[in-house]
Amino acid sequence: MRLLDVKGLRTSFEIDAGKVQAVRGISFHVDRGESLGIVGESGSGKSVSMLSVMRLLPENAKVEAESILFDGKELRRKSRKYIRRLHGNEIGMVFQDPMTSLNPLLTIGDQVMEPIRLHTNKSKAEARREAIRLLEMVEIPGAESRLKQHPHEFSGGMRQRVMIAIAMSCNPKLLIADEPTTALDVTIQAQILDLMTSLKRDLDRSIILITHNLGVVASMCSRVTVMYGGTIVEEGTTREIFYRPEHPYTLGLLRSIPDTAGKKKLVPIPGSPPDLIAPPPGCPFAPRCEAAMRICALRRPEETALSDSHRTSCWLLHELAAGRRRRP
Amino acid sequence: MIEVQNLSKHFVMRKGFLARDTKVLKAVDGVSFAIPNGRTFGLVGESGCGKSTTGRTLIKLYEPTGGRIVYDGVDITAFSGPQMAPYRKRMQIIFQDPYASLDPRMTVGEIIGEPFKVHAIYSGKERVERIRELVELVGLKRQHIDRYPHEFSGGQRQRIGIARALAVEPEFIVCDEPISALDVSIQAQIINQLEELQEKFGLTYLFISHDLSMVRHISHEVGVMYLGNLVERAPVDELYMNMLHPYTRALLSAAPIADPDAAAAKKRIVLQGDVPSPLNPPSGCPFRTRCPVAKERCAEEKPRLREMAGGHLVACHFAHQA
Repeated sequence: MRLLDVKGLRTSFEIDAGKVQAVRGISFHVDRGESLGIVGESGSGKSVSMLSVMRLLPENAKVEAESILFDGKELRRKSRKYIRRLHGNEIGMVFQDPMTSLNPLLTIGDQVMEPIRLHTNKSKAEARREAIRLLEMVEIPGAESRLKQHPHEFSGGMRQRVMIAIAMSCNPKLLIADEPTTALDVTIQAQILDLMTSLKRDLDRSIILITHNLGVVASMCSRVTVMYGGTIVEEGTTREIFYRPEHPYTLGLLRSIPDTAGKKKLVPIPGSPPDLIAPPPGCPFAPRCEAAMRICALRRPEETALSDSHRTSCWLLHELAAGRRRRP
Repeated sequence: MIEVQNLSKHFVMRKGFLARDTKVLKAVDGVSFAIPNGRTFGLVGESGCGKSTTGRTLIKLYEPTGGRIVYDGVDITAFSGPQMAPYRKRMQIIFQDPYASLDPRMTVGEIIGEPFKVHAIYSGKERVERIRELVELVGLKRQHIDRYPHEFSGGQRQRIGIARALAVEPEFIVCDEPISALDVSIQAQIINQLEELQEKFGLTYLFISHDLSMVRHISHEVGVMYLGNLVERAPVDELYMNMLHPYTRALLSAAPIADPDAAAAKKRIVLQGDVPSPLNPPSGCPFRTRCPVAKERCAEEKPRLREMAGGHLVACHFAHQA
C-alpha cells in the first residue's frame, strides 16, 4: 500500500545567475510501514524534493509535478492551508540542525505542546500530559521537570529527541527525517537511530530518511533511492543497492568509502558534481563517469527495470551497450 | 620522530563581576604518544574530547600548559620566536573547513605563496615556478593560480590548503578533520592524495577525525580520546580487532557500516547519556558516568595508561576483565 506516491516532480529556483534546476523530473514512493533512504551528495536535490512535497520552499521556487498522492489524496491542487494542516498532523518532519530548529525563547514544553494544541482540541492540561508522554517516549530523563527548560539547557542529542517528539506529537503516518544525525557524535547518533527504529517498529510508521551517510542507510532503511544532479539514478532494496549496484555513480560511491577492514584502496569519483544552472543535456553523471559513451552526453538515459524493486537510469543497460557493463 | 609526553592544555575561563570567578577547562589532560617518521597516527573521539586541541598544541599553535613536546630528539616545549622558527617550517597543519581557512581576497597563487614570504624562501621566478609545481602536485591546473577561493568547490579548496601546507616542504602535518566538510565522493580523492604525498615525501601525519572507518584506512597507530584523556592507544589492526577500553568498544560499535548484512549482524553498545562538561569532569575515570562496567574504584582512582600487550595501552582498571 502506497502512502506517498510522487510522479514527475520538478523544482527550480529563479536566482540572479539564472534558473537553478534543483529537481529534474523524479518519481518515487513510500509504502506504509516502510523506511526509505534517499542518498546523494550536497546539491543532488534530496532535501529540495521533500521540501517541494511539503511546500516549504521560498517564493522563488517553482514546483511542478504530474501527481503527488498522499494517503490517496492528490496534494497538487490542495491549498497551502491544507498542506500546513497536514504538516505536523499526518506528516512529521525532523531537520538536520537541532541547534537552530527550536525557538530559543520558548520553553521545551511550549514547543512540544504547540502542535498538539493546534491540531487537536485537547485542553491545556491534557496537552501537557501528552507532552510529558512524548518526551518519555523519546527517552528524555525527568521529562516533567524539563518541560519548563529552554533549548539552551539541552544537549544536541537531547534537542534532536525533542524534535522527534514534536514531529511524532500528532501521531503522523509519515516521518520525514532530513539528515537527523549529521550534526551529532557517533554514540549520540546511535541513540537517535535506535530511537527512530523502535518508533517505526512499535508504531508501524513510514519513514523517509534523507542522508549522505551510506552507513546510516545500510542499518536503517529497507529501500534506497540514489540521487545525483537533481535526478534519481538508481533505486532498489537496500541489499540490491549495496550488493548489486548497477549505476556507475552508485558503484563509485561504494568504492570511495573504506571497507570494514580498511585495507582496500579507495577509488574516488573524479571531478565534481554538475552545475544545475546549466545542467548537461545528457546523463548528469556522464562528465565524471569512466564508462561514458557518446550518447551519455547527448541524451538523458531512460529507466531500466532490473527487478520489481530495482530500477536504474543508465545507457550501459541499453541492449546495444551490452558487454560494456562493468561488474562490481 | 615527534613525541609528546604527558601533554596538557588548560584554558582559564573567567566569569562573573570583574572576572573574579575562574574555572579551568582541561581540554587536554596528560596525553602521551609518539609518531615515527613517515607514519600516520590517528586520533579519534567525539566533539569536545580535545583531539583538535592536542593537534594544535603539538605544533605550538597553543602554548602547552604542561608536559613535553620532543621533535627529532629536541625538546621544543619552551621554544618561542626565532628558536621556534625553523620548527614552524617543518610542521604544518591542514584545517577542517576549506571555506573558512582560505582568505577570500587572496588568489590561489598568493595563498600558496604566502609561506614563502613568511619564511623568506624563494623569490621572483623561482617562487612562481614553485607555486606552479605545488598546484600541479595537488591535482589542480596552472590556470587556477590567478583565481579566487570562491571559484572552487570544497574538495578543490581543500587541495589548495594542502598545497599551502606543502609549500615549505614540511616533514610533519597535522590533518585536523580534513575531510569532514566534504562529500563522500570527494573525501576519497583527498585521502588518496594524502596517501600519495606521504609515499612520495615520507611525510608524517597526525590524522584527527571522528570518521572511524577512514581513520582505520589511513592510520598505522590509533589513539582514542575522551574528555581530554587518551583512553586507549594501539597499532591500528590491534585496536580495531581487540579493543580493550569500554569507551572504544562503544564508539566502534556505534559507527554505522555501509554493509546491510554486517549492519544487521552487529551488536551495538548504546551508551546512556551525554559526555560530561569538561569544566566539571567526574572524579576518577572520566568515562565512569557512562561506563557499563564502572565500579566504585573508578570514582576514586583515575586509571593510568598501561601496556597490556605489545604496543597496546589502555587506561581502565578493569580492561583485563571486560
